[in-house]
Amino acid sequence: MLNQVSMLGRFGIELVRDYGKAGLLLYQAIVRVPNFRKGFPLVLQRVYSEGVLSLTIIIVSSLFIGMVVALQGYNTLAKFGASSALGPLVALSVVRELGPVVTALLFAGRAGSAMAAEIGLMKATEQLSSMEMMAVNPLQRVIAPRLWGGFISMPLLTLIFNITAVYGAYLVGVKWLGVDAGAFWSNMQASVDFRTDIMNGIYKSVVFGFVVSWISVYQGYFATPTSAGIANATTRAVVYSSLAILGLDFVLTAMMIGGW
Amino acid sequence: MDNLVEITNLHFNRNKRPIFTGIDLVIPRGKVIAILGPSGTGKTTLLKLIGGQLRPEQGTVKVAGQNIHQLSLTELYQLRKTMGMLFQSGGLFTHLSVFENVAFPLREHTRLSDAMIRSLVLIKLNMVGLRGARHLMPSELSGGMARRVALARAIALDPKLIMYDEPLSGQDPISMGVLIKLIRTLNDALGLTSVIVSHDVQETLSIADYVYVISNNKLIGQGTPDMITHDKSEQVQQFIKGLPDGPVPFHYPAEPFSKDLLEGVKAC
Amino acid sequence: MLSQRFVETCVGLFLIAAIAALLVLAFKVSGLTSFFTREGYNVTAQFDDIGQLKLRAAIKIGGVRVGEVSDIRLDPTSYRAVVTLHINSDVKDIPDDSSVAILTAGLLGDNYIEITPMYSSTFLKDGSQINDTKSAMILEKLIGQFMFKLGNDSNASNKATTKETTK
Repeated sequence: MLNQVSMLGRFGIELVRDYGKAGLLLYQAIVRVPNFRKGFPLVLQRVYSEGVLSLTIIIVSSLFIGMVVALQGYNTLAKFGASSALGPLVALSVVRELGPVVTALLFAGRAGSAMAAEIGLMKATEQLSSMEMMAVNPLQRVIAPRLWGGFISMPLLTLIFNITAVYGAYLVGVKWLGVDAGAFWSNMQASVDFRTDIMNGIYKSVVFGFVVSWISVYQGYFATPTSAGIANATTRAVVYSSLAILGLDFVLTAMMIGGW
Repeated sequence: MDNLVEITNLHFNRNKRPIFTGIDLVIPRGKVIAILGPSGTGKTTLLKLIGGQLRPEQGTVKVAGQNIHQLSLTELYQLRKTMGMLFQSGGLFTHLSVFENVAFPLREHTRLSDAMIRSLVLIKLNMVGLRGARHLMPSELSGGMARRVALARAIALDPKLIMYDEPLSGQDPISMGVLIKLIRTLNDALGLTSVIVSHDVQETLSIADYVYVISNNKLIGQGTPDMITHDKSEQVQQFIKGLPDGPVPFHYPAEPFSKDLLEGVKAC
Repeated sequence: MLSQRFVETCVGLFLIAAIAALLVLAFKVSGLTSFFTREGYNVTAQFDDIGQLKLRAAIKIGGVRVGEVSDIRLDPTSYRAVVTLHINSDVKDIPDDSSVAILTAGLLGDNYIEITPMYSSTFLKDGSQINDTKSAMILEKLIGQFMFKLGNDSNASNKATTKETTK
């Protein structure tokens, strides 16, 4: 019995230590004044590999999600003769929740896992050590650009997700199922408020971007330098990021509904 | 003859296990110093301690007269620019070509023009005989070639001290010969101080000026290669001659063999 | 390692696409007409009950949007709600004896303000107050009134029938 309690205690202490390590990593990577001239092209590279290369999956997923929401929505609304509410239904679902959350989950799966694997591998093959010995701070050269890249790419991806999802819904709702285009758009415009709906969605995506990048980079940096270790780190990066996204989504939504 | 590196009374533990319990050694300028010992004695750790990547529990490591563990981060990075290190796996950046790998320290730490950097990179690559391979990617190189590129990168900034972590392990005889020749030639031609950590006795002894042998957390022998080969200590002799049994036993500690076998018989 | 120029171009396009998406979202999806409050003047009106009226609710004349609610407060002496109506400057000639009512969009929709213009020849300007106000219709009060009325009617008819039977 005492054994279990001491194990729990040790687990708790390890957890706090891990958070400490993560915090220090973030501080050392971001808070130290960055060298813009050298840093900027690196960040650009990262925005490309994390943002631009994720576009395919984001656009395809968002198109299908928009189409499905429209289909399901129409299916139910038509029973109440309320199919003119399809526009607002789709727009609000996407802009408030689906956009930020699904984009973040896809981003975690694609870019987050790549970040964790890359950094873990660089650590295992002693590339980070060689950098240190060459008097180049790996935290600023390798970790920080990836953090900034994720932080910047996420809201941009969310915006694109939102628009393609609404477009997908338009294709299904108006072109296929015959909802009146005027009703679709005007009801949508009347129900969607720029500040509380769209901007809040963007704020959420910024928070998610930060959290996903931080978790992925942390897992990669502290991975055990073996092939199993890196595989674990990659999985953990995706799983923890996903959980964090869903949990934070709830917290943020509660904060936003409760008066922002 | 002053010493570039002075290590006094070094104690270091990893996960509560002692790795070094009181090591004293000096690395004089301009020489090739070999640090030999069985695997697992912490030779790589020693290099990391010299480079300031690890902190000792006790004792001092002085590089060029400065206690490396008391330097601020900026000063430490300044000092590291005068040191080169060759890691066991090469540590080449997999996303950069051979040329870019060698150019990396130049681009990071100097403001030289592209033309100058190109010339310097070609010079360094030529020294290791890989000028023609400059556009290859690290994944396309053999182990020996990768190490040579890493060597070119380590000397890119013309360091004063260069440390080799097991440079010869896993190499075929030709690559070994090439690397060994390079280490000695570069040391003399560029006026470097080289520290080689290895367990390749014959090859290393052929180029070293002075040898330290570490085992069981302590220094068990030191001297010129000649002195070491004729050292009277049993431990040193077992290591140098590669004897399977001696102070480092063949059998992992276990019960007497007959007792072990008979227990299995009694059980049925 | 892709050339720096290719990377920069792609990232630039990415950024442009995202900004375009933001603009489309702003104007097509949320109907944002302007980010800044349009030029206009403020007029106040006091109500007994504003119901579900919220800030930035629409102000309409004849169903056409002419402004928005910019402030809602409680008057500390009269305990009535003081609503500030921000009316667009291109709607200049609202007679100052117009009446103002809080209506509901649809059966269960949001509340908005409808101004019904009257006949005066002086017009509302910045700082004027509209006196003819009709509060929002609260569903519960309506039901209460209805049931009270029903109760009265049935009482009256009961009395009538008992009177007849007792005759």
